[in-house]
Amino acid sequence: MTTTTIRPHRSNIRRGEAASGWLFTAPMLILLGLFLVIPVLMALWVSFSDWGGNGSPFSGNVHFVGTQNYQSILGSGGLAEQNFGTSLRNNAWYVVLVVPIQTAVSLFLAVMVNRAVLRGRGFFRTAFYFPSVTSSVAITVLWLFLFSTTGAINKVLSWVGIHGPNWFNDPDGILHLFLGLFGVQSGPASLTSSGFLGITWWDWLAGPSVAMSAFILMAVFTTSGTFMLLFIAALQNLGGDIQEAAMIDGANGWQRFWRITLPQLRPTLFTVLTLGLIGCWQVFDQIYTGTQGAPANTTLTPAYLSYTSAFTNQAWGQGAAIAFILFVIIVAFTILQRWILRERTVSKRRMRAYLPKTEVPLEGGSR
Amino acid sequence: MTTGLNAQSLSVSTTTGKGRSRPKGPRAPRSRRAIIATSVIYAVLVVLAVVYIFPFLLQVATAFKTNPDATANPVSLIPTTWSTAALQQLFVNSDFPLWFMNSAIVTIFVTFGRVFFDSLAGYALARLHFRGRNVIFAGLIAVMAVPAVVLMIPKFLVINQLGIYDSYTGMIVPLLVDAAGVFIMKGFFESIPVSVEEQARIDGAGTFRLFWSVVLPMARPALVTIIILSFQGSWNELAQFIISAQSPSLTTLTKGVASLSSGQLGQGNQYPLKLAAAAIMTIPVAVMFFVFQRRIMNNSEGAVKE
Repeated sequence: MTTTTIRPHRSNIRRGEAASGWLFTAPMLILLGLFLVIPVLMALWVSFSDWGGNGSPFSGNVHFVGTQNYQSILGSGGLAEQNFGTSLRNNAWYVVLVVPIQTAVSLFLAVMVNRAVLRGRGFFRTAFYFPSVTSSVAITVLWLFLFSTTGAINKVLSWVGIHGPNWFNDPDGILHLFLGLFGVQSGPASLTSSGFLGITWWDWLAGPSVAMSAFILMAVFTTSGTFMLLFIAALQNLGGDIQEAAMIDGANGWQRFWRITLPQLRPTLFTVLTLGLIGCWQVFDQIYTGTQGAPANTTLTPAYLSYTSAFTNQAWGQGAAIAFILFVIIVAFTILQRWILRERTVSKRRMRAYLPKTEVPLEGGSR
Repeated sequence: MTTGLNAQSLSVSTTTGKGRSRPKGPRAPRSRRAIIATSVIYAVLVVLAVVYIFPFLLQVATAFKTNPDATANPVSLIPTTWSTAALQQLFVNSDFPLWFMNSAIVTIFVTFGRVFFDSLAGYALARLHFRGRNVIFAGLIAVMAVPAVVLMIPKFLVINQLGIYDSYTGMIVPLLVDAAGVFIMKGFFESIPVSVEEQARIDGAGTFRLFWSVVLPMARPALVTIIILSFQGSWNELAQFIISAQSPSLTTLTKGVASLSSGQLGQGNQYPLKLAAAAIMTIPVAVMFFVFQRRIMNNSEGAVKE
């Protein structure tokens, strides 16, 4: 939406507007500049320096060290590289599982709650949304209790004869555990002999650890309500006439959902996926509160690793470098996703699904 | 804006006539398939609602349990022996009240600051014509794209450099403006008609006067959105307080409860204590949520967390 101001009055009545404009935006400019723009530039310098946390990073005894910090994370063969590789592996699995699951769950909840005939809709909506308003710290504390060895989840599992895992103390990757069921205990030499970022390919493919899986369930639990509201808002904005027309044409509920509702929800779907993706690469609070990266570094995330590198180990350059790599990852994924989703809109294979969207209303109008 | 008094009328549109009058039981020759389908839907919804609510009920219940009881009966909603030991320890023998106060202080300042600065900047970007406005707006969009977690180290550097580390100033000031809030306010100001302002302007009101007594009162709905977002955001904020203070007297609830969680209070798992703390820190946002429920639920902007 653009401005709706009437231009002709400008010269007389709008005198002094430039001054007020700058005055009104000054607090924002100063605060965002001071705590967003300048910090980023400062951290960029720190990521290329050997600053150790004492004194000012601009003092004389801090030196430019080139890409040394980045190299130690990306290609030193040392512990820093291995930790970073591990954290990327953990977070990548987290993203791969959380983003699709939370999107599907929130869409499912929205469609269920948004049904035309439903008693107690307000109650259900409130119930599903409530976890979203609570703080991640409080939820993590709750989760540690629910998923403790003698906790509620394992108790419930025991009712159906399942011996629950030792959730937050279990570092085994779930894909490795799954393969273990078929007697596969170690990977083929082709996967274990080489790797990337200090982690063998076999370990990259371990899947999220059992501990991380508990965090994955938590993420779905806490964010599905938020995204459900976005989907509900979108669903309520859809006109009923296309649905009606499809019904007259004999489409059943399942077909109507996949062929009509879902394509119309595309913009919201895009928003939810993007927000989910951005959020999922920033896992910090849960790890800080819950596991601090344990067990066996399988809940270590780049955000948390960046924090501990800098604040605990005083490797400020490395910490800042990790933060910037994370930044690049998030931006790259967002752009990639934007590109993929836009590409499909014009693809011919999908085009068929969109044709009714433009034709049906015309038919409906002529009725 | 209509303010219907019954909270049950959350559901808008579509649920008229047909939905209301339809009894739960089977009615005359209604198709059997439809009844089965409806029952299945309700069953699924009820099961899901239990999954979403039960953890919170359990949280409250466990706060009143004894340590052995919490471990032995993790699923029961009624404590075998009611105990307020956890609450007592929390309020008498820990810094919990201090944490609560710190969170309250920060939240109040941040909420007021954001309401004022966000609307001020939003108004300027929506209505005032000045050179550089588009550049500022483009910058704002760019700034919104920077992920918060990436800023932990950078923010610490600046806070430290400015000499406001370990102070309320350092904790509060960086949160006083949020780009998303400015964006929401700008969008809102653009959506209200400009004629009222023009009239006041012709009557000779200055720009700030116009903003303060004409425009801002009209912006109530958007301001409520900002209040909800800021309150929730600052009450639940953790990272900013980790990097801006270390003194125990400046610990907020999020930081304090996180430290409880990593086991700094006594031996054993102390679940009643931790869950009591988590439950109490949820109360203010829960109250906020129920007060503004209708607004949050009907406004997709107000729903976006993070």
